[in-house]
Amino acid sequence: MSEKELDNVTGVETTGHEWDGIKELNNPMPRWWIYTFIVCCIWGFIYQFLYPSWPLINDYYKGYFNETQRDIIGAELKAIARDRSVFTERIKDADLVTIRNDNSMFEFAQAGGKAAFGDNCAPCHGTGAAGFVGYPNLNDDEWIWGGSLDEIHYTISFGVRGVHEDTRLNDMPAFLRDELLTKQEIDDVTTYVQSLSDRTITSNTAAQELYIDNCSTCHGEDGKGLREFGAPDLTDAISLYVTDRDSIIDIISYSRGGVMPTWRGRLDEATIKSLAIYVHTLGGGE
Amino acid sequence: MKLLDKHAIFEKNSIILVIGILITVAIGGLIEIVPLFYLENTIEKVSGMRPYTPLELAGRNIYVREGCYNCHSQMIRATRDEVERYGHYSLAAESMYDHPFQWGSKRNGPDLARVGNKYSDEWHREHLIKPSSVVPETIMPGYPFLAETELKYSLIDQDLKVNQMIGVPYTDDQIKFAVADLEAQLDEDSDDYDAFMERYPSAQVRDFDGNRSEVTELDALIAYLQMLGTLVDFTIYNELENNR
Repeated sequence: MSEKELDNVTGVETTGHEWDGIKELNNPMPRWWIYTFIVCCIWGFIYQFLYPSWPLINDYYKGYFNETQRDIIGAELKAIARDRSVFTERIKDADLVTIRNDNSMFEFAQAGGKAAFGDNCAPCHGTGAAGFVGYPNLNDDEWIWGGSLDEIHYTISFGVRGVHEDTRLNDMPAFLRDELLTKQEIDDVTTYVQSLSDRTITSNTAAQELYIDNCSTCHGEDGKGLREFGAPDLTDAISLYVTDRDSIIDIISYSRGGVMPTWRGRLDEATIKSLAIYVHTLGGGE
Repeated sequence: MKLLDKHAIFEKNSIILVIGILITVAIGGLIEIVPLFYLENTIEKVSGMRPYTPLELAGRNIYVREGCYNCHSQMIRATRDEVERYGHYSLAAESMYDHPFQWGSKRNGPDLARVGNKYSDEWHREHLIKPSSVVPETIMPGYPFLAETELKYSLIDQDLKVNQMIGVPYTDDQIKFAVADLEAQLDEDSDDYDAFMERYPSAQVRDFDGNRSEVTELDALIAYLQMLGTLVDFTIYNELENNR
């Protein structure tokens, strides 16, 4: 280091470095900064004794408080479950009609069902439960598998074509792909299916016979559908899929088979029951 | 000031400075990282975890390629709000076969650590091709080309092999039959079904993209998504034994 040199103007020592005649003052660090630094160092030493810090040979130092985030979350979840158990325990064991008629349980189930719907159901059925093409509207009176509390509960629990063995299941044949009907026959039966919901369209008895032979087992002779098979009503204007003529032909030719996931196991029973109550009250509950 | 004066040697020789920095950083790594490799309680004891099937691994590669991790995390943190929304917090064991892991740190979209089996294949299809068709309020971009792009998988066995080299317990059989296994996972009726299921228990077998005539990138990605978070059986998971 060069000899100490004082700056003429300020009287402060310089560092002795010089760039193009400019010299740097060697002011000390601000006192507040140094004290803060020392306090932080002291705190660092205390902190490592209070909380998990040092790795050891087979384990690690767990700290004076012996605290882990996993214990904390466990305790938090237990606490919230205890708070809710006033309702969830009753909801879990009560049958759905009782819950529906009990004001306090009903209110709890409504609120819980709405929250669970937002994360689990809304991606398919929409935030307002109005559905999309291929995903049923839950606000109307049209139900494929039934709209009573118990039926809704069953559908949510096990899903449709889900992974559970008790899942709701049907399998509409793909009439063209499986060579059950010819293109012409599908064309005719499409006209008949359209005539069921649209009186301006007329069909003939040959097409009606085709319908009776191939479709009526599930959709019913009158076309009103059979819920035990999950076969939709064909006589109303409500449909899960697009219903222009080409789309109907496509559905009969290649079938459809939407999947609703199985929720039992992912959601607990009280939540599923709350969801059933919530969906039931959206407008179409029976 | 004697000691501080000696510091000048670091300031005047860049190589010595670099070596000094390396040593300092290495001490940090030694204490913070190395123990995670030898401490047994780093990875929980769980049942059900298995290496990815070839199809899932191919899907995972697409997930990485498209940068899904930029908006989706795969890490449910141990806080109440996360556990209530997404399910059990993520375990280290659940990403022990991930190279590289996809924990992510940004959530423009929801966490995907347990998205498997939460929605239907059809939903994933529509959602990946055009997200706003099923979630109108979404800001996620569409990936329609996945459905039209054929999956290149003739070298998938090499992929398994690399994973084996860095510690994923793939058996030699799994590597040998990787291409056949990839095809078997897309067809419930194939002759390789039983052998495949034996190699990869609890794998989901079906045509994921709704197009049986082709193996597309969409097949692989949906197979990967439908598996996420479903492997560990939490009904028999021992929380206390694994708490650390």
